[in-house]
Amino acid sequence: MSTTTGESPFRIMPAVTDRNRHFWTGGKDGELRFQRCKGCGYFLHPPAVICPKCWSKDIGIEAVSGRAEVLTFSVNVQNWMPGLEPPFVLAIVGLPEQDDLRLTTNIVNCDPYEVTIGMPVQVIFEPHPDQEVWLPLFEPVTKP
Amino acid sequence: MSEATDLIGERRAVVSGAGQSDIGRRLFRDPLELTLDACLAAIEDAGLTTADIDGLSTYPGAFGPGGFSGGGMVDVHDGLRFENIQWFCGGVEFPGQLGAVINAALAVSAGLCKHVLVWRSVWEGSAQGTGGRAAVMPGGGGSGSFKASGFMEWVLPFSAPSAATWIAMFAQRHFHEYGTTREQLGQIAVNSRKNAGLNPKAIYSEPMSMDDYLSARMISTPLCLFDCDVPCDGATAFIVSRADTVADLRKPPINIEAVATALHGRPSWDQYHDLTSMPAQDAGKELWKRTDLKPTDVDVANMYDGFSFITVAWIEGMGFCKKGEAGAFLEGGHNIARDSGVLPLNTNGGQLSAGRLHGFGFLHESCVQLWGEAGERQVPNTPEVGVACAGGGPMAGTLLLTHRR
Repeated sequence: MSTTTGESPFRIMPAVTDRNRHFWTGGKDGELRFQRCKGCGYFLHPPAVICPKCWSKDIGIEAVSGRAEVLTFSVNVQNWMPGLEPPFVLAIVGLPEQDDLRLTTNIVNCDPYEVTIGMPVQVIFEPHPDQEVWLPLFEPVTKP
Repeated sequence: MSEATDLIGERRAVVSGAGQSDIGRRLFRDPLELTLDACLAAIEDAGLTTADIDGLSTYPGAFGPGGFSGGGMVDVHDGLRFENIQWFCGGVEFPGQLGAVINAALAVSAGLCKHVLVWRSVWEGSAQGTGGRAAVMPGGGGSGSFKASGFMEWVLPFSAPSAATWIAMFAQRHFHEYGTTREQLGQIAVNSRKNAGLNPKAIYSEPMSMDDYLSARMISTPLCLFDCDVPCDGATAFIVSRADTVADLRKPPINIEAVATALHGRPSWDQYHDLTSMPAQDAGKELWKRTDLKPTDVDVANMYDGFSFITVAWIEGMGFCKKGEAGAFLEGGHNIARDSGVLPLNTNGGQLSAGRLHGFGFLHESCVQLWGEAGERQVPNTPEVGVACAGGGPMAGTLLLTHRR
């Protein structure tokens, strides 16, 4: 998995905590990481402290494939705040590892108006090393 | 109806009065003045005095930046110097903004108090006017060392600070699965603008055609400017009374037939299981279990339109059409027309044209219509059954109201 090229745009950063650090820093090692229950195998997102399926507190961290599918999206045109230059794509992507494992993200490295629901995408990280954050973005799958 | 009648406690509560302050795009007045204006108007409308008020309820309390709240519990309790408060509750984690009204109904039903003053006050218009859009954006538009947490942690880093962008993704999925079109969605905005033309307090009342709608600038596909409500200043208040106090009241009150507050899926904007709907469908489903009335009995519907697609979620969620069929229901706009539709919708212009009074405007309009006090915009054959629905994303609250003559 790769990182975006060029200078990273201004972003409001997440407050990184012991609970979510794996998610926001996994990109440093090229990995999209989630909590996963060691008892029943359920992926937890957003991060939690107890498995909502089996109540186990034995929760590990696991990297997923980084592949995903666009469940829905919007081409944002309004300039709300400094940072990304509109138009840009906001999307909810679903991960193949689990039916309800999904996240909000941006789709990059393509024409915003060519994004479609169902499009296969793969993770790419936008580095903000001074903030200890590697943002997981997604780009169209280019290779099989 | 599947619930036993004696468990439908909200029927022991009525809406006995309603009041509204001046409303404007940017009034530049102390928001507490607007809040107290609305409160006093509601008390007077019910035929009561401040000495009769023994309960206070509000959303969201003194919470939030950017004009989100114009007066919390302490401001109003002390501002009108109540001396007989038996119960109070103000907060933000409610099943929609009208959760404050539902809380009040439950408090009088439980016998904790007799007459509850309920209010919601906003001054987002003036707040944006002085500070620009950045004044109402989380993190002050990205300046300083602000870090996103809570739900914002999962959207703000992706440059998605507005619910417009989150709701747009639900609309997109609805378009994709059901073939809904911009023209169909646009009927909500066009219908509201037509109604606003008859509402002297509306923010935008100049005519708007479908062509105007379709050529408006895009905000976040498929939502354009006119799919977004307009920030304003204004306050709305109600008196919720115990039904057996009717002899104390100035006019026949509005009966609360049923309320619903459900949230069946994950409590989240982007993790809720159904990307074509919202918990509006959970509240809608539960509402009809608490009454023998049916969606076809509703004479007037005022349903949340912070963004037009939220109204779609309510139309389907409340069972006014089947899931996925809101596009066909809205086609041409005939079904939702104030003067001739099967479901007169957002008859004051909604938040899209009458201003973002944030949920309380919908209940105010349904009450005014049932009382037959809507003036030029009165729905013909004064309606007897109305609904008020508020909330988008993971919060939804609805009231079914009746006023029989």
